Amino acid sequence: MTQSSKRHPDTKMVPVPSTSIIPERDLGKLPVLECQHLGIDFGGLKAVDDFNITIGRTEIAGLIGPNGAGKTTVFNMLTKVYEPTRGTVMLNGIDMHGMDTVQANKQGIARTFQNIRLFSNMTVEDNVRIGLHNQIRYGMFSGILRAPSFWKKEKQQHEKALELLSIFDMQDLADVQAGSLPYGAQRRLEIVRALATNPSLLLLDEPAAGMNPHETEELMNNIIKIRDRFQIAILLIEHDMNLVMGICEGICVLNYGRIIAKGTATEIQQNPVVIEAYLGKQKKEAQEA
Amino acid sequence: MSKKWKKYGSYALPFALVIVGFIVSEILIAGGNMSRSLKGQLIPICAYIVMALSLNLVVGFSGELSLGHAGFMSVGAFSGAIVSGWLLNGAGMENETLRLIIALVTGGVFAGITGVLIGIPVLRLRGDYLAIVTLAFGEIIRNVLNCLYFSVNDRKLLVGFNNANLPGTILVNGPQGAVKVAKIATFEVGFALVLFTLLVIMNLVRSRSGRAIMAIRDNRIAAEASGLNVTKYKMMAFVTSAVLAGMAGALYGLSFSTFAAAKFKFDTSINILVFVVLGGIGNIPGSIIAAAVLTILPEQLRAFSDYRMLAYAVVLILMMLITNNAKLKGFVMTIRENRKKNKVSAAVTAAQTKGGEQA
Repeated sequence: MTQSSKRHPDTKMVPVPSTSIIPERDLGKLPVLECQHLGIDFGGLKAVDDFNITIGRTEIAGLIGPNGAGKTTVFNMLTKVYEPTRGTVMLNGIDMHGMDTVQANKQGIARTFQNIRLFSNMTVEDNVRIGLHNQIRYGMFSGILRAPSFWKKEKQQHEKALELLSIFDMQDLADVQAGSLPYGAQRRLEIVRALATNPSLLLLDEPAAGMNPHETEELMNNIIKIRDRFQIAILLIEHDMNLVMGICEGICVLNYGRIIAKGTATEIQQNPVVIEAYLGKQKKEAQEA
Repeated sequence: MSKKWKKYGSYALPFALVIVGFIVSEILIAGGNMSRSLKGQLIPICAYIVMALSLNLVVGFSGELSLGHAGFMSVGAFSGAIVSGWLLNGAGMENETLRLIIALVTGGVFAGITGVLIGIPVLRLRGDYLAIVTLAFGEIIRNVLNCLYFSVNDRKLLVGFNNANLPGTILVNGPQGAVKVAKIATFEVGFALVLFTLLVIMNLVRSRSGRAIMAIRDNRIAAEASGLNVTKYKMMAFVTSAVLAGMAGALYGLSFSTFAAAKFKFDTSINILVFVVLGGIGNIPGSIIAAAVLTILPEQLRAFSDYRMLAYAVVLILMMLITNNAKLKGFVMTIRENRKKNKVSAAVTAAQTKGGEQA
């Protein structure tokens, strides 16, 4: 007697990656982000493929890799600038499939940009207030009629904005036009604006680009300060290895759109595949010869 | 002091400008020192100031080029004239001021509805494409109005499309436009409308919604990443602007005994855009001054008779050159920049020393 199979004939079983690492303190909690088999194609090019990562609730994670490896593409998929071709993104246990950028932000992802994108004709404070847009709200007509809720909420926004700016000691710059700030201050303002949207995951795209060593040092302290104070997870892309190795707990190395290594700072620094990706093969061949 | 000036002074300036303008005109009228032609232009000036302010909301604050603004003005003018005509002939309302106010509100509402209908397809586009499509919609509105007939018969409002044989008192007669309009628009109500427009725009711009509108203009991608609903705020600016333009249209229409849709042609939209550009994009007092001066100017150039429009064009070019003169602008900018720079550098050094102390 043969038992007829009710399985779908095309069923193919695949292993689910469970090799990610997260800090021990976050073990009992729901991970902020879980990506499985995430991938995107641009025409025939697989820009990112089989991207798997788990980020703990209060982890500072790093995403590194040579230029063109697909790091910013990963950010764009997470913030739904691009809809992934394959795979799932779970943010706080919620499937992000079909969401747009605005919804992704409301679900708790905030980001900064590689090329700074501030509202440069507006003041520093107003930039932060845009971040608070969905946190402290009142309607259009309350604004036009200057209703009591307008005054109340405006005051709340003002106080909250100054409080957030004080993280970077920028409260004195509140009335300055954002576009006229020095470069480093613009990068910091972008972080403050992202923080104002009350995220559970903060994505920083090359936060230390264009900063001098002193500023970078200060930025590292501030990133840790932000994590401790707001109890959020931070995923950052960075080429400055001092910063990455100094503060990132879990590091993920991307090359040609695929993850080539995952691990702690020490593990990554000693990983021969990573060294090869960054420095090329010649060195290895020379050693063998 | 400059901080206080920034907070209150720049808010009060346009109001002060309009109020002073109103008082001066009233004194001139009372003293009999105002020429007839200028007196006849007071209401159009009010209407054009409102048009310029409302277009500035779209062009200056929302950052979209709209070339169909006269379309909203015509919708407001026609619906205002129809309502006013119906109230007089159908409902027997005699009070002119009340009728005017109802007409203004109706004009605003209908223009607002048109704004929503046009905004849905148009605001999907960006930049030049949006400008061209608004231009097309402006022309569509004008051509539709050319085919409309309205009349009041025994308290009922009758509508005809391409049908001239309506019974009763004709209000709108196809290509002839609105006929036998009661000239109920007054300078005082026009002045009140300008104040109302200023209040709406200034308060909107300095509120949560207004900041969202400007943020989307400055950087759409960052605005989306900060959780702003781009379509909603673009629509808000567009429709608010349409409502105000409709009210201006109703005021304008009710200052003539007859007007046709041809009055709201493409060149009217361009004229309003000229007010906005000359006054400075996003500059509210500038829009007011430019609209007033450029409405008066053609009439005052009658001395040039046949060369009137040529002289107008030359004056326009000269004004553009003077207001955009690099040396003049540079001079003003250096004064402002110096003040700003001092402030920024002082604050930056303050922040740095603080950070240094911490480290």
